[in-house]
Amino acid sequence: MADVLLRVEHLKKYFDTPGGTLHAVDDISFDLNRGETLGVVGESGCGKSTLGRTILRLYEPTDGTVYFENQEITSLSNKSMKVLRRDMQIIFQDPFASLNPRMTVSEMIAESLLIQKIFTRKQGPQLRARVTELMDLVGLSSKLINSYPHELDGGRRQRIGIARVLALDPKFVVCDEPVSALDVSIQAQILNLMQDLQDEFGLTYLFITHDLSVVKHLSNDIIVMYLGQMVEKAPAKELFSHPMHPYTRALLSAIPVPDPDYAVDRVLLKGELTSPIDPVPGCRFAKRCPFVTEACTKADIPLREITPGHFVACILV
Amino acid sequence: MQNPDDILSIEDLTIHYETDEGSVHALNEVSLAMKRGETLGLVGETGAGKTTLARGILRLVPSPPGVIKQGSVFFEGQDLLSLSESKMRSIRGSRISMIFQDPMTSLNPVMTVGEQIQEVVEAHNRDLRQDEIIRQANAMLEMVGIPAERSHEYPHQFSGGMKQRVIIAIALACNPVLLIADEPTTALDVTIQAQVLDMITALKKRLNTAMLLITHDLGVVAQNCDRVAIMYAGQIIELGNLDDIFKRPTHPYTRGLLGSIPSLTKDVKRLSPIKGLMPDPTDLPPGCKFAPRCRFVTEACERAMPEPTHLSETHQVRCILAEAEVRNG
Ligand SMILES: Nc1ncnc2c1ncn2[C@@H]1O[C@H](COP(=O)(O)OP(=O)(O)OP(=O)(O)O)[C@@H](O)[C@H]1O
Ligand SMILES: Nc1ncnc2c1ncn2[C@@H]1O[C@H](COP(=O)(O)OP(=O)(O)OP(=O)(O)O)[C@@H](O)[C@H]1O
Ligand code: SF4
Ligand code: SF4
Ligand SMILES: [Mg+2]
Ligand SMILES: [Mg+2]
Repeated sequence: MADVLLRVEHLKKYFDTPGGTLHAVDDISFDLNRGETLGVVGESGCGKSTLGRTILRLYEPTDGTVYFENQEITSLSNKSMKVLRRDMQIIFQDPFASLNPRMTVSEMIAESLLIQKIFTRKQGPQLRARVTELMDLVGLSSKLINSYPHELDGGRRQRIGIARVLALDPKFVVCDEPVSALDVSIQAQILNLMQDLQDEFGLTYLFITHDLSVVKHLSNDIIVMYLGQMVEKAPAKELFSHPMHPYTRALLSAIPVPDPDYAVDRVLLKGELTSPIDPVPGCRFAKRCPFVTEACTKADIPLREITPGHFVACILV
Repeated sequence: MQNPDDILSIEDLTIHYETDEGSVHALNEVSLAMKRGETLGLVGETGAGKTTLARGILRLVPSPPGVIKQGSVFFEGQDLLSLSESKMRSIRGSRISMIFQDPMTSLNPVMTVGEQIQEVVEAHNRDLRQDEIIRQANAMLEMVGIPAERSHEYPHQFSGGMKQRVIIAIALACNPVLLIADEPTTALDVTIQAQVLDMITALKKRLNTAMLLITHDLGVVAQNCDRVAIMYAGQIIELGNLDDIFKRPTHPYTRGLLGSIPSLTKDVKRLSPIKGLMPDPTDLPPGCKFAPRCRFVTEACERAMPEPTHLSETHQVRCILAEAEVRNG
């Protein structure tokens, strides 16, 4: 039996806006096994960050249930949630914005340990030892112990973010575009580091990204989102070898290839934009879909299991 | 000397950050020219000095700690570094527009997204009627993939990538002749990125705008740029057109960079990044800055920084191997 760490059922998060109700996350369900990585990809504004935050209850869900280690957490009091927070952490895209510019590297990592009361200020030597150990774990040279964030490059800042999260010894980490702002060579280093930490500490990741190539060799399963909904879900390899939803296929074909001679034959997505505010029934991709038919806009398109483990929401498949 | 076709010509630009830990040599004698209408990709590892170069052109390096040590930046024939602050301000945001790397901070949190775009449209077209300003601003928003009905929302109601697109719309609404875009599409998925880059390209064609495109995505470079400059430790170590860089990469760093791209077609368990880190910018090695990580390093590399070697009219590189190759024919 698979050991399910996180179960998400019919999760919804709506926001009130001047124009109406915005369906940021609209009925998402999945299971995530302990020690595995679930990749979440989708276009900018499709609800990936909102999904991650709603799972952690940084946003209160509009509807739906989240179970963590078989415990329903959606109805937990804020106080019990606070205790659970240590197990459930988040790493952000922009490490700079999430770091205090007036604190040194060691102070920031120590802060993380102090806030969660893993150490107290009185335990100076142990605290320092743990900070050094964490810096070592994430590959930050001990020379940087007194550096400030603005003196560090993006890769090192992200390492601080990871060290702060690791300090709490979490079980589950939402990684919200942790490498999007980094260049490829640093990206590779950080991804390798995250993989090593996962192996060593049995971490479970929800890995959010808009870049398919990043989640490819990191994820067990991948979810593709479009305007708040899940349009496809499959094991990583399967998704790349047999993408079925037209949006997933467009996503794969639009990846810029580092070869100037490569004839760009991407599926160009044109057309009107669909707004997530008070969406009408039907496929939300219809206005941009090259294969749209009348039936696509009549009613919501359910997610169906096409081959074992491969789910798609499209009437064509 | 400057070429009259050049819209921008940077010579020997050197910028340091004076910090408590020492002097950060962020930019070291960089020379670079851009022609009208061309797109130049600027690529390099984090900390290489790309943002410092971009901000240096616009005289927006934070000071302190930033100090422009030497060099000149000629734009349309005038040296920007010797202009008065008020002249400089009028160039920024009209002739030259910049899309900053951390766009989330450059939007006004108390103005709606629509108002912020309208403000720029209005500033550049003084005699437009109000309804026409709104129409144009809405069109810009739709072009970057955001439904116009969302123009009444505030930045905090937008996702990271949506904010980034608003910034792009604002930068383009200025109709600049030079656009400096610092990682403009990092938060966008490839379908929106393609749409946004197509839009920038269309605008470039219409106004013959030149663009300095800073990116870490070599795919974006290959599909959108005319030329590429590769930066390492505050220097341009290789410069060429697309074929030069992608088919005949010469500098060991460039070759390593091309080898560390995650591939969608090959099944790799682990990526192979270039080993090691960039040297400490407060304590750069005297010779080739890449020497500590280079597989081909020799004693001569560590003595003095190799000067640019011209491999062809378009292709230049700073590496002792290329020097030797050219010398030996
Ligand atoms: N305000 C500052 N104070 C001190 N050092 C700085 C400051 N800004 C940048 N630096 C340093 O200058 C060097 C070049 O930084 P720069 O931001 O130009 O690099 P970059 O190539 O844009 O990197 P990235 O890809 O991470 O954006 C780095 O070593 C950086 O740490
Ligand atoms: N606090 C909020 N108030 C109102 N609307 C919001 C809020 N946060 C997010 N939204 C809206 O919810 C939708 C999803 O946003 P979210 O940030 O989850 O997208 P995302 O997939 O993470 O995008 P990106 O890739 O650009 O980060 C967007 O339409 C956004 O404008
Ligand atoms: S349901 Fe119709 S519109 Fe939606 S993706 Fe499938 S074919 Fe396209
Ligand atoms: S000059 Fe020497 S150390 Fe530098 S890149 Fe060339 S071979 Fe390597
Ligand atoms: Mg997001
Ligand atoms: Mg930068």
